[in-house]
Amino acid sequence: MIGLSRSIWSLAWRESRTARRRLLLYMSSISLGVAALVAIDSFSANIIQSVKDQSRALMGGDVSFNSSTPIPPRVDSLFDSLARHGVSFARVTTFPSMAVVPRTSGTRFAQVRGVTDNYPFYGDIVTEPAGRWPLLHQGAYAIVDPALLTSLDAKVGDTLRLGFGTFTIVASIRDVPGAAGIAEMLGPRIFIPARYVAETQLLVFGSTAERAVLAKLPNGVDPDKFVKPFKKRVEDQQVRVRTVTQTEMATADAIENLSNFIGIVGLVALLLGGIGVASGVRAFVARKIDTVAVLRCLGASSGQVLAIYVAQAAAMGLVGAAVGAALGVAVQFLLPRVLTDFLPIDVRVTLVPSAVLTGLAVGGWIALIFALRPLLALRNVSPLQTLRRDTDAEVLRMRWTDAPRIIVNAAMVLSVVAIALERARTTRQAIGMSGATGVAILALAASAGLLSWAARKGLRTRWPYVIRQGVANLYRPGNQTRAVTLALGFGAFLVSTLYLVQSNILRRFTVAASESRGNVVFFDVQQDQRGGLDSLVRARGYDVVQVAPVVTMRIAAINGKRVSDMTPVGRGQRGRASWALRREFRSTYRDKPASSETIVSGKWFGERALKATPDTGEISLEDGIAKELNVKLGDVITWNVQGVEIPTRITSLRKVVWTRFEPNFFVVFAPPVLKGAPTQFVLLAQVKDPTGVPLLQRAVVNRFPNVSSIDLTAIKRTVDRIVGRVSLAIRFMALFSLAVAIPVLFSAVSATRR
Amino acid sequence: MLIARDVTKEYMSGEQRLAVLHDVSFRIEQGSFVAIVGPSGSGKTTLLGLLAGLDTPTRGTVLLDEADLGKLSENDRARLRGEKVGFVFQSFQLIPTLTALENVQVPLELRGTNGAAERARELIDRVGLTGRGHHFPTQLSGGEQQRVAIARAFANSPKILFADEPTGNLDNATGHRIFELLQSLNSDGGSTIVLVTHDFSLASRASRMIRLLDGAIVEDTGAEAAIPA
Repeated sequence: MIGLSRSIWSLAWRESRTARRRLLLYMSSISLGVAALVAIDSFSANIIQSVKDQSRALMGGDVSFNSSTPIPPRVDSLFDSLARHGVSFARVTTFPSMAVVPRTSGTRFAQVRGVTDNYPFYGDIVTEPAGRWPLLHQGAYAIVDPALLTSLDAKVGDTLRLGFGTFTIVASIRDVPGAAGIAEMLGPRIFIPARYVAETQLLVFGSTAERAVLAKLPNGVDPDKFVKPFKKRVEDQQVRVRTVTQTEMATADAIENLSNFIGIVGLVALLLGGIGVASGVRAFVARKIDTVAVLRCLGASSGQVLAIYVAQAAAMGLVGAAVGAALGVAVQFLLPRVLTDFLPIDVRVTLVPSAVLTGLAVGGWIALIFALRPLLALRNVSPLQTLRRDTDAEVLRMRWTDAPRIIVNAAMVLSVVAIALERARTTRQAIGMSGATGVAILALAASAGLLSWAARKGLRTRWPYVIRQGVANLYRPGNQTRAVTLALGFGAFLVSTLYLVQSNILRRFTVAASESRGNVVFFDVQQDQRGGLDSLVRARGYDVVQVAPVVTMRIAAINGKRVSDMTPVGRGQRGRASWALRREFRSTYRDKPASSETIVSGKWFGERALKATPDTGEISLEDGIAKELNVKLGDVITWNVQGVEIPTRITSLRKVVWTRFEPNFFVVFAPPVLKGAPTQFVLLAQVKDPTGVPLLQRAVVNRFPNVSSIDLTAIKRTVDRIVGRVSLAIRFMALFSLAVAIPVLFSAVSATRR
Repeated sequence: MLIARDVTKEYMSGEQRLAVLHDVSFRIEQGSFVAIVGPSGSGKTTLLGLLAGLDTPTRGTVLLDEADLGKLSENDRARLRGEKVGFVFQSFQLIPTLTALENVQVPLELRGTNGAAERARELIDRVGLTGRGHHFPTQLSGGEQQRVAIARAFANSPKILFADEPTGNLDNATGHRIFELLQSLNSDGGSTIVLVTHDFSLASRASRMIRLLDGAIVEDTGAEAAIPA
């Protein structure tokens, strides 16, 4: 018996001599699909592992407590008692500021981090010149991002002004745990000692600042168990608690999104490849009819015949999958280089055997199951064909009630669904994906049938011979109209889907510059500075396009139920989203809707709301945040405005064009409601000549050191870079899809030449 | 060892029923050399297919070594063919991707027999192609290819060999040499040979001739024994 199978194998190998290259070409249809799957699986595994390895360094501690307001005293005393139990604490205060180098008059928007001397607990900060980090705390020193030195034309040793404080630059940063992300593109980092933050006078109430308290736990203490007893209490005080595991989970979550998307692309590519395999193998089968007939005469059973050709297909399929896996590994090693700007960590690239094996198995299986379908026809080749030969189409015809054929068809469908289930985030997504693919295939098959029918009906004898022959081939017995339509159609489906996704993603990024009326925005403007800033801008001949008041507040209750009594939910789930419920809102008040807004339901504030101060004031909510908060017209939101509780009723919902360079707000109040509340301002100016912008910024920061400004050009440049990278990635994937389509088309066309 | 009893084969052509063979009966003993001859359309190729078990009759029985071919499944008939039957075709029907030697080995490999390569070499020698075993069919002449086919047909030491117009694609001289080879294999080895041809001169050189016309036997030079009922 073993002797028999060994001889069958060697017979299969020898018989495949001239067909091997062609079979391999058909099988290469699946290589690229496998490459995509292996690449993304390996890359995700690498990222998740790297995050695990670096998460402590990324966060700077084992647990991180974050708040956008000063840490409440109750929480501070909790930290004190924890400190007595062996927990160390470091503090980081992050806030925006204009950085000024008096020597060069350079001004730049930057991110300042005031750190205590035990920061960071994990990871090393490498400076240029080396070893200067400990120096930071010995005086009013600053260590800055090299990008800042470049844009301000400054060097180590220069004086740096931040707000009302003066610092000396002692080094630039060469390496900080966590690579520079997108935020750093807009505002380079400046590290100063925590005790000098007050000197800058930038942390008046209401200014944008993020406070982080990092905890280092004694050895062996589990961070999640550690925070459990007090987590809710702390979060009720508007302080967010995050442990290392949460960071890891959050990253894993983000990666899973990307991985799922690319996995779906890989799956579609694999399917397209399967179609190519099926077409190619059908052509291959037609060429083997004579040989099979002879083998049957010589005593081969239908099982032996099938075994010989399945062995050939399986071997080539495995080679095709192996080529794909190798390609995938190559891409995996290239990806970090391409994505380096987007990743907050350094990714360590290692081979992930499980990803490679999965790719091989899935690719090999798809190749086999799609090849099996046309191969089954070989069972029916009668030895009589040696004596009298029928046409290929007649010989290979299979009854569609044929049991093995039904089983193989079912296996194909189940395989696709199984792979979709494994790749997609939810069962619903997987079923949807499989369903959509099924519909696409049926639609394409139907259109192929329609084409054949139309060709048959539409053929005219008076047409030139060549045209008639061509059209007739669309419906003649043995035509490959369906296979080619499927291959072409599916390929087009894949490429157009990718381009649709690209335009969806990029639409969010397009800064509608031409629609915006201003190009410089000033923020953190205090009440007593408003008039002065306004005059300063106008004195230079520029327009003040808009001045918007900003009041910071939090949600205390919705429809009477306190926030602390609610169970908020995570992103994408039904209910009140946690991020929306707990965030600090920066709201404004106006008597008219802004030009970038449209009322989608309800009515804007009426006469009465604009004049009097009622018990329950009126607000207009942006419809996106209304969905996240799960509120509707008529609901009452009670706000905590710096300690004072103010109930308001939602009387309208707005649609906001966020991409316009203008101050836009989630919540707009009717003016009388916030009378007397502590207010800051945002001012939007139009500076016609581009050279005037830095001069204006310099003038403003000299007079009002706490006022920060951003100009549209800087934002546009950053956005363009992001857009460029995303487009590149999408274009690469589209090219990849086209590359998949080529061997598939080759296979499909092969089947037409007989 | 080969008995045909009232063998009839009919085909449906559109609405009509066409009979290609009517009530053909005869008996062939082990070791004989029989030629079945007739013009094209006489049904001789169809009869060959039925006798070899490549097809089943509409009515009647074909017994090969006492096995009723009509009652066996396709795969069982294939196995029987592998054990007892050899084939030689008009168009040689060699597998193009295998060498001459490998072609001869195929029937042995299908049965898992050991020493296939050895036996194949013996047979290649026997048909006079020593040293040509590693050539592919496209590198051999018509006559040489047919000899490889004959060697292959004898690989499993078959009880009976069927030849369908074996000289049809060969010139006169080569055709005669092939015929002589078949005759020597019949007289030396004792294998039964059933040869189908339209060439009357060739057929008359066989020890027994069955003539077919329009699906029925019109002459049988060796119908000695009566068919057992």
